[in-house]
Amino acid sequence: MKPNAALEGLFNGGNTPKAMKTGTTIAGVVFKDGVVLGADTRATSGEVVADKMCAKIHYISPNIYCCGAGTAADTEKTTDLLSSNLAIYSLNSGRNPRVVMAVNILQDMLYRYHGQIGANLILGGVDCTGNHLYTVGPYGSVNKVPYLSMGSGDLAALGILEDGFKPDLELEPAKELVRAAIKAGIMNDLGSGNNIDICVITKQRVDYIRPYQESQYKDNRKIKYKYRPGMTPFLTEKVVPLKLEVVQESVQKMETA
Amino acid sequence: MKLRLFKQERCCPRMGPGCLSAGLPVVCLFVVMCQTTIMAVEYDGGVVIGADSRTTTGAYIANRVTDKLTRIHNKIYCCRSGSAADTQAIAEIVAYQLGFHSIELDEPPLVETAANLFRASCYRYREELTAGILVAGWDKRKGGQVYSVPIGGMLVRQPVSVGGSGSTYIYGFMDANYKPGMNKEQCMELTAAALSLAMERDGSSGGVVRLASISEEGVERRVILGNQLPKFSTH
Repeated sequence: MKPNAALEGLFNGGNTPKAMKTGTTIAGVVFKDGVVLGADTRATSGEVVADKMCAKIHYISPNIYCCGAGTAADTEKTTDLLSSNLAIYSLNSGRNPRVVMAVNILQDMLYRYHGQIGANLILGGVDCTGNHLYTVGPYGSVNKVPYLSMGSGDLAALGILEDGFKPDLELEPAKELVRAAIKAGIMNDLGSGNNIDICVITKQRVDYIRPYQESQYKDNRKIKYKYRPGMTPFLTEKVVPLKLEVVQESVQKMETA
Repeated sequence: MKLRLFKQERCCPRMGPGCLSAGLPVVCLFVVMCQTTIMAVEYDGGVVIGADSRTTTGAYIANRVTDKLTRIHNKIYCCRSGSAADTQAIAEIVAYQLGFHSIELDEPPLVETAANLFRASCYRYREELTAGILVAGWDKRKGGQVYSVPIGGMLVRQPVSVGGSGSTYIYGFMDANYKPGMNKEQCMELTAAALSLAMERDGSSGGVVRLASISEEGVERRVILGNQLPKFSTH
């Protein structure tokens, strides 16, 4: 299955640019009052870190957020599409979307593309039926579970979650559990790193804490790389006025009745 | 049958054999499978269905508490094995078609109808799908029925049927221990025992045993946790 087979033809056997993947650790936990989602912030392109502050927790609707692992472009666009569709639905029906609706739309779309869209998503949210956490795979398989982790660091994170999860956790223990899970992923997986983002969704509000914990290996840039306007000296100036001739002018009235 | 399921499309972060040499973090695309053990037994007045709870992506257990007994209609359930995405998609489509049909008829649908709807989808798209399904339920015309729709899209009614990768380990057990004329409790015990034996031997089956019995009274669901499973000799 080669989604970019056409692209490869253009390079005459040379190296095609590698897709940017969020080799990642993402995790989610259902607690007493809602759902906590967590993610690292590293995006890799081959063996280079392409983005150190990548946002992997995507907004779907005011009460639903989605963590994405896999190909960065795919997760970004899929969640954007989902968010737009749910917004239209909300406006049409006057109701808040339910998590299960988001899951069904995603499952439909991903199954239709037979795994060509490399998106491993964790959807979490709170709606009128309760607190929910789902995972959707790239082929369109759905699992509903109280806690889970995805991405290249999922095994490390899942060990922490399996050990520490209890039903009906309080808010602080739940945040700490997710933080520890993502930390384990960052420490033990090459594809995950940098900061930890957390998103807490409850019935009353959403807390998107970015970053929740910063990497201890932050570099301190000595100089600023932003240039102030007017810093570049110019040697000569030449002004060429463009003469425009009005050839035809027409006015069209717009019906606003 | 196309074996595209086991092709590694891209390299695996779970340190699959080819990746250790590359040492690079790249993303893997294993297919999510319910390799599974599923079973369904008819008794006079209903059916008993059972399944394990393991879903795998390659060697990793993606979900250890899966519910493979999927409701198609009030008194018709299906047991899913094969590709998780395929079977979930087919089950949803059939549930929709059957629901529509039932509303048109203004009657509860027949189990044979549900089985035929599964067979129609599984046979038409046999090249693209990997789905082994047991359809079981109760209707007024023929009572409890079990239909098997394996990979390829065959349809056959059987009094007792097993499916999935773990089923190969319990054919002998079934042949020796199934007797026609068992009652509901005996069927439940037989199913639980058979699934435990299969889960013990098959790497792709495990977790908990989910059972359900469907009869005229309705559907009764049970879960048998790992430490409560029937124990056999551990030689």
